[in-house]
Amino acid sequence: MAISRVFTLLLLLFTVFNLSHSLYEDQVGLMDWHQQYIGKVKQAVFQTQKAGRKRVIVATEENVVASLDLRRGEIFWRKVLGAKDAVDEIALALGKYVITLSSEGSVLRAWNLPDGLLVWESILTGSESSKSLLVVPETLKVGKDSVILVYSCGSLHAVSSIDGEVIWSKDLAAEGILVQQLIYNDENDLVYAVGFDGESKFHLYQINAKNGELLKHNSAAYPGGFSGEMLLVTNDRLVTLDSSRATVVAVEIREEKIVFEPTQVSDLLQDVSGTAILLPAKLAGIFAVKVNAVILFVKVTNDGKLELVDKLDHTVAVSDALSFSEGQQAFALVQHEGSKIDLTIKLNNDWSSNLLKESINMDQDRGVVQKMFINNYIRTDRSYGFRALLVMEDHSLLLVQQGEIVWSREDSLASVVDVTTSELPIEKDGVSVAKVEHSLFEWLQGHLLKLKGTLMLATPDDIVAIQKMRLQSSEKSKMTRDHNGFRKLLIVLTRAGKVFALHTGDGRIIWSQLLHALRKSGSCESPSGLKLLHWQVPHHHAMDENPSLLVTGRCGVTSDSPGVLSIIDAYSGKEVKSFGSIHSILQVIPLPYTDSKERRLHLVIDDVKRGHLYPQTPEAVEIFKSEFTNIYWYSVEENNGILRGHAVKSNCVLDVADEYCFETRDLWSVVFPSETEKIITTVTRKLNEVVHTQAKVIADEDVMFKYISKNLLFVATVSPKATGEIGSVTPEESCLVVYLIDTITGRILHRMTHHGSQGPVHAVLSENWVVYHYFNLRAHRYEMSVIEIYDQSRADNKDVLKLVFGKHNLTSPVSSYSRPDVVTKSQSYFFTHSVKTIAVTSTAKGITSRQLLVGTIGDQVLALDKRFLDPRRSINPTAAEKEEGIIPLTDSLPILPQSYVTHALKVENLRGIEVIPAKLESTTLIFAYGVDLFFTRLAPSRTYDSLTEDFSYALLLITIVALVVAIFVTWILSERKELQEKWR
Amino acid sequence: MGSQMLRFWLLLSLVSSSLAISAGSKVEAYTINGRVKIPGVAAKGFGLPAKVSNAKVLLNGGQQVTFLKPDGYFSFHNVPAGTHLIEVAAVGYFFSPVRVDVSARNPGKVQAALTENRRGLSELVLEPLRDEQYYEIREPFNVMSLVKSPMGLMVGFMLIVMFLMPKLVENMDPEEIKRAQEEMRSQGVPSIANLLPGAARNN
Repeated sequence: MAISRVFTLLLLLFTVFNLSHSLYEDQVGLMDWHQQYIGKVKQAVFQTQKAGRKRVIVATEENVVASLDLRRGEIFWRKVLGAKDAVDEIALALGKYVITLSSEGSVLRAWNLPDGLLVWESILTGSESSKSLLVVPETLKVGKDSVILVYSCGSLHAVSSIDGEVIWSKDLAAEGILVQQLIYNDENDLVYAVGFDGESKFHLYQINAKNGELLKHNSAAYPGGFSGEMLLVTNDRLVTLDSSRATVVAVEIREEKIVFEPTQVSDLLQDVSGTAILLPAKLAGIFAVKVNAVILFVKVTNDGKLELVDKLDHTVAVSDALSFSEGQQAFALVQHEGSKIDLTIKLNNDWSSNLLKESINMDQDRGVVQKMFINNYIRTDRSYGFRALLVMEDHSLLLVQQGEIVWSREDSLASVVDVTTSELPIEKDGVSVAKVEHSLFEWLQGHLLKLKGTLMLATPDDIVAIQKMRLQSSEKSKMTRDHNGFRKLLIVLTRAGKVFALHTGDGRIIWSQLLHALRKSGSCESPSGLKLLHWQVPHHHAMDENPSLLVTGRCGVTSDSPGVLSIIDAYSGKEVKSFGSIHSILQVIPLPYTDSKERRLHLVIDDVKRGHLYPQTPEAVEIFKSEFTNIYWYSVEENNGILRGHAVKSNCVLDVADEYCFETRDLWSVVFPSETEKIITTVTRKLNEVVHTQAKVIADEDVMFKYISKNLLFVATVSPKATGEIGSVTPEESCLVVYLIDTITGRILHRMTHHGSQGPVHAVLSENWVVYHYFNLRAHRYEMSVIEIYDQSRADNKDVLKLVFGKHNLTSPVSSYSRPDVVTKSQSYFFTHSVKTIAVTSTAKGITSRQLLVGTIGDQVLALDKRFLDPRRSINPTAAEKEEGIIPLTDSLPILPQSYVTHALKVENLRGIEVIPAKLESTTLIFAYGVDLFFTRLAPSRTYDSLTEDFSYALLLITIVALVVAIFVTWILSERKELQEKWR
Repeated sequence: MGSQMLRFWLLLSLVSSSLAISAGSKVEAYTINGRVKIPGVAAKGFGLPAKVSNAKVLLNGGQQVTFLKPDGYFSFHNVPAGTHLIEVAAVGYFFSPVRVDVSARNPGKVQAALTENRRGLSELVLEPLRDEQYYEIREPFNVMSLVKSPMGLMVGFMLIVMFLMPKLVENMDPEEIKRAQEEMRSQGVPSIANLLPGAARNN
C-alpha cells in the first residue's frame, strides 16, 4: 500500500514536472515586462536636508507609501498597504523615520527612511471617528519623552517616536468636541487643540505635551455658527467660515479670551457672492477662499483685519508655505496659460513681488494641476532655488525645476479600470520600418554568438552581449502586426479618465489621451470610466479605416446618474465623437451584428430598462429590427436577490420621438429567498471564447458531448450571515449554493450546495466547465471546485468518423428553448492560498489545453493546468485513463513555484488578469494589472507550433553543411571504390 | 488515523485583550501577536534579508494587512473572537496558512495550526514550509544533450550510414547482393501505390 502510494506520488511528480510552465532566469524580460506605479499622490514630504540621496516620500490614493528618487523619479522603496488602510497623513521624524497615519487615524506606523522597513506600529483607539491630525515637532529629539502628537478617533494621543508606545491619551470627543487643528509650541512644550462643539461654540484646550495634563480650557460661542473648516493663519489667529458659508470669521486668541471678527465675503470683493470654501493650503499670514469659480487670497493684518490681496481663477493650485531661511516663508502658485503653466513662488509677507517666476511647457493631455508640493535647495551661487512636485488631473506626477520638467511618472496606470486590445496596422510596402531588419551577416553573427552561449564557450562579455541582444530584439517592439499575433496594442482605461495604448512588446506608451468626456465639468461633477468596448474592428469592407473603441462612463457615483459615451481612434487616441450626459448606463450589450462600416451594434440599457441603440444610424436600426426577436439579455439585482431575463419589445413611446430607443420586457425571473441566500458572484463565459470541438473522446473510446452554450451563467449565493469576513460565522450557519442557469430561458440547469462554506467566491466559466474558489469553514481551508456539464441528448450519436468530418447528424437541433438533457460532474480540491482573481487562458482556435490563471493573495499569478481540475480524476486511474492524461486524485492542488507566470515578481494589489489569444494557436498573451502592470505570453502546452526562443539556427546550418560535405565525401569515396572494383 | 492523531492545540501565544467601544456597543477585540522566522536567516541574528522585507502578513484573505518588523514580529489588532486565517506572502518562500482560534471564553488564549499539514503550533511562529525556486536551473553543457538534439541525431544517423553500412555490405555474401540487386531490378521502381495494402490486393 505504502509502496503504491509512493509510486503514485512519483508518477504524479513526473507528470507535474511536465505540466509546469518553466522559465530560465536569463529569460526574464524576454517575453515579459513589468512596470511599477504608485497611484495618485495625496501627500508628499521632501527629504533633502542631509547629504546623500535626495528623496521625496509620497502617500497615494492607492494606499501606497513610497520613497522616490528626487533626481529621476524612480522608486527606492514602496509599501502597499491593505485595501482598508488608506493613508491620512505622512510626516518625517528624527530624520530617519517616515511616520504614516492610516485607517482613519487608527494605525500609526514608522518606517525606516533608507529601506522602508517597518520600525514600529501602534494602534490608536478612541470612541468615535473624527478628523485625523498628525503633528511631528520639528525639534524632536531622540529620546523616550519626545513625542509625536496625533489626534484621531476623537482622542489626542502622544506617541513615543522611538518605539511607538502611546505615552498618554486624552479623549476629547467624550466632551462633544471635534478638534480641527493641533498647534504645538515647542518653546514651552504645550499643545493647543482647537475645535468646535456642535456648530456654534469654539473651544481651545491647552495641554501639556509631556503628560497630557489639561492646563486650560477656553470656549466662546459665536451666534452665526460654524461650518466646520478651520485654518491656522498665524500663531494666534485662525480663520473659519460661519454656517451660511458667506462670512469669514477670524478668530484671535488673546491671553485669556477668544475674539471673533466676522467679515462678509462680499465685503472682500464687491461682486462676489455665494458659498465659500476654505482651501486647505497652509500659508502663513494669508489664506485662500474659493467662492464660485474664483479663488480669493486674503491677508490677515497684524491688527486682525482681513485684506484682499488677489483673486485668481479656480484652476490655480497653491502649495503649502515652506520656511526656507531665517524666518522667511514662501509658497507657490500655478496658473494655466494655454499650453504652458506659470509657476510663481512668492514670499508670504509680500504678495506684490515674485521670488521666482517660471513658465513651463506642459502637455495639454495632463489636464490641470491639482496639487503642488514645494521644496527649496541652495544653488551654486548660494541663492535659493525651488523645485515643485505637481500632481496633475490625469494622476501623473511631475517634478519641475528651473523651468523644466525634470521627470514625470504616469501614475494613472496604477488604477486600471478596464483593458482591451487592438491589432496594430498591417505592414505595407512603403511603410518603412527602419532600423529593424539586420543584414544576413549580422543575423548569422548573432546566431553564432548564441551558439557559443549554448555550447558554454562564451566569455562573460559575450554573455552580456547575448542578453542585451535578446532583450532589445527590435522584432518585438515594431509598430506593425506580426505573423504570430504577439504584437498588439493594449488599450487601458484608468480611473483618471485617461486612456493609454501600451505596446505588448515592451510596454511603452504609444499614445495617451485624457478623455474630454470624462473630465470634470459643470454638467459632470464626478465622472468615472466604466468600460472599454470594440466599436469598429475593420477587416473586410472598411480596411482603410482605423479601428476604434467605445468608452463608457457615468457622471456620478450612483447607477442612475447620466452616462457618457466616447469613441476613440485606436491608432492615435483621438476622440472621434463623444456623447456627454446622456441617459444612464446600466449595461452595455455588444450585439453580434455590424453595419456596413464594420461598426458593432451596441444596446445600452438605462436604469428605467430602456434600451438605446448605438451607432445611431438608420442602417443600424434596420439591422437591429431584423434581428429583433433574437436579442436576449439578463440582469442581476444583487440587493434583492433576483435574476431577470429581458428581451426587446418595441420602440419607446416618448414625447420626443426617438427611433433608437426601445422598450424592453421581462421574460423570466429567478428569485432567491432573501432569508437564506444572497447573491455574491455571477460569472459568464467570455464572449470571444472559441471552442474547438464539442466532443470529448474519453478513455474507453467513448465520446462525451460538452454542453456548450454562450448563455450559461454561474451564480453563487451564500447565507446572509456569511457575507462577512472569515471568522465572523460558524460552519453550521453558513452555506454556499452554486447554480448554473441558462440566461435565455431562466432554467436552472444545475444546483449544488456546499455546507459549511462561505465566500468570497471567485469563479471562471469556460467551454462546458466552471471552476470556483471559496472557503471551507469546516476544514478551515480554501477549496476549488470544478463542475463540468455534458449534453446527454446526443449521447447516442457516437460515430467518431462522422464527427471528425463534421457530418454527424444532430437529431435535435440546437435551441435554447428545447429542454436540455444534461449531466454534470464535479469534484473539489483544497487550494492553499486566498485568491484575488481567476482567469483562464484562451487561444485562437481553442485547440490548446487550458490553464487557469490564479491571482493569489501574494499578488502573483499562478498557472494551474485544467487537468488538475478534472472531475474524472480518481485515486487509481485505469491504464486507459492514465494514457488519456488523467492525473491521480490528490486532496489538494499542487502549487509549483515554476508555474508562477509572474516568476519572482509581484503585481502589487493585483485586481485583474486579461487574457488575449495570439494568432499562434499554442500561445496566449496575459496582462495582469493592479498597482503594477505585468505582461507575458504563455504556452499552456508548450510551443508545439513554433521553434523556441533558444532554437539555434547556427547549429542547424552547421548540421546541413556537415551533411552536404558528408554527401560529397561519401560520393567521392564510393566513386573511388567503384573504380577499384572495376580494376580488380 | 485522523482520530488517533494527537492534536497539539497548545495554548501559549500571548494575546492581550482590550476593550474597544464602537458605536455604543461593546465589542470584545483581541490582538494577535506572532512572528515570522526564516531558518538560516535568523541564525545570523537581527534583521531580515532584503528579500523578506517586502513580506506581508494577511488576516482573513486581506481584511487586515500588516508588515514585519525587523525582528520578524507582527501583530493584528481589533480582531474579534472566532476562527481566523493568517497568511504570509513573501516572494521566494512557501508559507502554509495558519488557522488561529481566538477564544471569547478564555480571553488571552490562542490556538494555532498550519492548515496545510494540520500541525499544531505551540506558539505563533511561522516558518516557511519550503523555499520557492521560480526558475528552472539551466543544466550545464554536456555532449549527450547535443547528441540527443534533432541535429545531433541527424549527424549520428548519417555517420552510421557512412561508416557502418559499408562494413555491413562488405560482410555480406557477394552472391546474395547480386540476387538482391536482380530482384530489385525485376520489381522496377518501387512506388508508393505498391506499399498500400489496397494496391497490393489489386495485384
